[in-house]
Amino acid sequence: MTDVTVRADDAIPAAEVEDVELYHPKSWVTKYVYCQDAKVIAIQYSLTAMAIGLVALVLSWLMRLQLAFPGSFSFIAPTDYYQFITMHGMIMVIYLLTALFLGGFGNYLIPLMVGARDMVFPYVNMLSYWIYLLAVLVLVASFFAPGGPTGAGWTLYPPQAILSGTPGRDWGIILMLASLILFIIGFTMGGLNYVVTVLQARTRGMTLMRMPLTVWGIFTATVMALLAFPALFAACVMMLFDRLLGTSFFMPSVVELGSYLQYGGGSPILWQHLFWFFGHPEVYIVALPAFGIVSDLISTHARKNIFGYRMMVWAIVAIGALSFVVWAHHMYVSGMDPNFGFFFATTTLIIAVPTAIKVYNWVLTLWRGDIHLTVPMLFALGFIVTFVNGGLTGLFLGNVVVDVPLSATMFVVAHFHMVMGVAPLLVIFGGIYHWYPKITGRMLNDRLGKFHFWITFLGAYAIFFPMHYLGLLGVPRRYYELGEMAFIPPSAATLNIFITAAALTVGAAQLVFFFNLAWSLFRGKLAGSNPWHATTLEWQTPQTPPAHGNWGKELPIVYRWAYDYSVPGAAQDFVPQNQPAATGAAA
Amino acid sequence: MVIALIFALIVIFSILFHFLSPWWFTPIASNWRYIDDTIIITFWITGVVFTAVVLFMSYCVYRFRHQEGRQAAYEPENRKLEWWLAIVTAFGVAAMLTPGLFVWSQFVTVPREATEFEVVGQQWQWSFRLPGKEGQLGTSDARFVSPDNPLGLNPDDPSGQDNIVIIGDDLHLPVGKPVKVLLRSIDVVHDFYVPEFRAKMDLMPGLVTHFWFTPTRTGTFEILCAGFCGIGHPQMRGNVVVDNEADYQAWLQKQQTFAQLSAPKKQ
Ligand code: HEM
Ligand SMILES: [Cu+2]
Ligand SMILES: [Cu+2]
Repeated sequence: MTDVTVRADDAIPAAEVEDVELYHPKSWVTKYVYCQDAKVIAIQYSLTAMAIGLVALVLSWLMRLQLAFPGSFSFIAPTDYYQFITMHGMIMVIYLLTALFLGGFGNYLIPLMVGARDMVFPYVNMLSYWIYLLAVLVLVASFFAPGGPTGAGWTLYPPQAILSGTPGRDWGIILMLASLILFIIGFTMGGLNYVVTVLQARTRGMTLMRMPLTVWGIFTATVMALLAFPALFAACVMMLFDRLLGTSFFMPSVVELGSYLQYGGGSPILWQHLFWFFGHPEVYIVALPAFGIVSDLISTHARKNIFGYRMMVWAIVAIGALSFVVWAHHMYVSGMDPNFGFFFATTTLIIAVPTAIKVYNWVLTLWRGDIHLTVPMLFALGFIVTFVNGGLTGLFLGNVVVDVPLSATMFVVAHFHMVMGVAPLLVIFGGIYHWYPKITGRMLNDRLGKFHFWITFLGAYAIFFPMHYLGLLGVPRRYYELGEMAFIPPSAATLNIFITAAALTVGAAQLVFFFNLAWSLFRGKLAGSNPWHATTLEWQTPQTPPAHGNWGKELPIVYRWAYDYSVPGAAQDFVPQNQPAATGAAA
Repeated sequence: MVIALIFALIVIFSILFHFLSPWWFTPIASNWRYIDDTIIITFWITGVVFTAVVLFMSYCVYRFRHQEGRQAAYEPENRKLEWWLAIVTAFGVAAMLTPGLFVWSQFVTVPREATEFEVVGQQWQWSFRLPGKEGQLGTSDARFVSPDNPLGLNPDDPSGQDNIVIIGDDLHLPVGKPVKVLLRSIDVVHDFYVPEFRAKMDLMPGLVTHFWFTPTRTGTFEILCAGFCGIGHPQMRGNVVVDNEADYQAWLQKQQTFAQLSAPKKQ
């Protein structure tokens, strides 16, 4: 057929790294706390990310309460509201999504899926987690610092971020920048590990073009993050200097509430360039792992090979590369030379093509499949709807002149929540329902899972779909209250109440999910080693949950790509990647 | 099949919502009708794609749901179909981008006859400055800001003396005449946003930014700040009054110049 699928006479390429000797834990502490096993680190990352994510979720309830019932809550003053927005946004994007996809899914799945015993630098990998934890603690500390956390918005634009009209200007902003710096250091340690592991530690026969798309997504996202985070790192250090040492990297000559400050010559727009040079790729840093994971969920649960595998790989790589030349679409109205608009609008809309190809290939994988509507599959389908919706509104905001009226309105808030908030989260949930049996040996409860899916998916759509129309009307974002505005009809307030009701419902459904995670750990149905009849290597481990070193005595050998589902003539509707050709398909 | 039905209902609901929702653009009051047109084109194209993809998916979920004895097809690739889809997509994208860039080139080309005025932002109020008889805006710097000189105009620049300064009051503009708005902030990033004019632009401290538009109908329009600027951000409001020529001139006569405002202090 084509060269992605197996042929009996295919040579099996050797692995680039021979089998390794691992550090073996000697006590409980080295097994579960200072642990070098990527699988334990993955769980540490995931639990920490979910814990801090829960904080961001609670903050979103408070913000929604304020927007629906402005001024009714004595504990939400404007200062608090802006701190909530900022912390919510920052936590969701960096400390939850990035950490969970790369530190969580990346650590768990990369070594297992490429047939390695562990990450290549297990000790550095362990350090990566502890530094991440420290970053989270510093972030949490800012809630208790004098003046509270920063309220500068998650974009932390100077001069405002370090001037006194903004909450958290004393300690909050310093702790925020310090925490980001730590996060980036920790991430870099982990990230180098993921990249080297994928490039060097694949088992015999695991060519790049036989890797599951999950690995491709996480790998590409990690490479991007390694290139993008340094810009944020430098920007954070520069802003710390501006704040603490009185330098003027981002500070022109300005007045602070009436008095002239001793700054001058700096450029606040430089921060925006640095921030978005990181910030736009960041969108794809959370999107690409989601793309990869969802491809595997769809293929497995539709019992069909992913459609157009090679195109999918190239689309991931193309999106990753292009996303470095679109950053200024966040700055169309920032006052940069408006002629940049032509370039950035063009590059931005070009990205739509590889992205659309991915969507087509997902739905074409469903075509003539054998679709099992399991909970992971439901989340995958929900992802497609949400992502298509959020991706299409990106074509409004990317098309420079259309962005002019819509920028900084609720349209933007609705767009990015759909595309990079809800859509990746749906994949995270789908992924957890899918791999939880491998991680714990037990299935998550199906009924609770379906309940969780429907409330989350429909609820999130109800929150964010109507919100676009508030933005069209001109309702601005980051407004503590709208007050009296002649162009805003009273019906908008009713819509805001509806949105808040949906948000609280969705929030409550997440508690059901957490309950399910805990309950199933002890009471879940026993899973066996391969409950979904999947082909990829992590389902072929000798033990479930996999032991330290993953593979027992012998590393697996890979004979085929990751998508041999429903191969004509095969005995079962799946052929594991480590099954030799002779016993597999005739193809 | 419930799930396939729900996906189809999402599409139907979204389309109905789009057409029935009472929340829509404000009635336009500037020349940027083209922006609205581009949005409408984009709505059509993206709406068709959304409908097609989700309905197709919902059909697949219904038609190919697991049943006893079903086996999925084995079809790794279909180069022809993949390229065909990519090309159609590229055309769709071009159909949105082309009018978009065409309108953008108008947006960035300020007409020669446009008259200039300045918007000054500070936490948290709008002020305005119009050139005086000489037709020149004098120089300015945050350094000069003081209670008597809140806009930071250079007191030694003669061309600034006759500038008309409006603080804490409405801005008036004549209808039908293109204006070039110069934007300046003396503290943090703000954004001058009048929903009815569609156009908006940041006030970036350290720079003077600009954009242009032509007011096309008379009336009073609210100015919002659309660039987060600290806790007073939602309170940073103002009004633009678009007048006919006679009313505008009458209003203009009543305004004070920078020299007049600072005169008592100088003596
Ligand atoms: C059901 C869940 C969620 C709800 C109800 C929610 C709600 C909100 C609200 C009300 C705002 C403030 C909008 C404004 O500016 O007026 C906001 C901002 C934001 N949210 Fe969410 N959110 C949710 C989930 C997420 C997720 C999963 C992400 C991850 C990407 C996210 C990222 C952000 C960001 C980046 C901001 C902007 C913060 C800023 O303006 O500085 N949110 N969210
Ligand atoms: Cu402002
Ligand atoms: Cu503002």
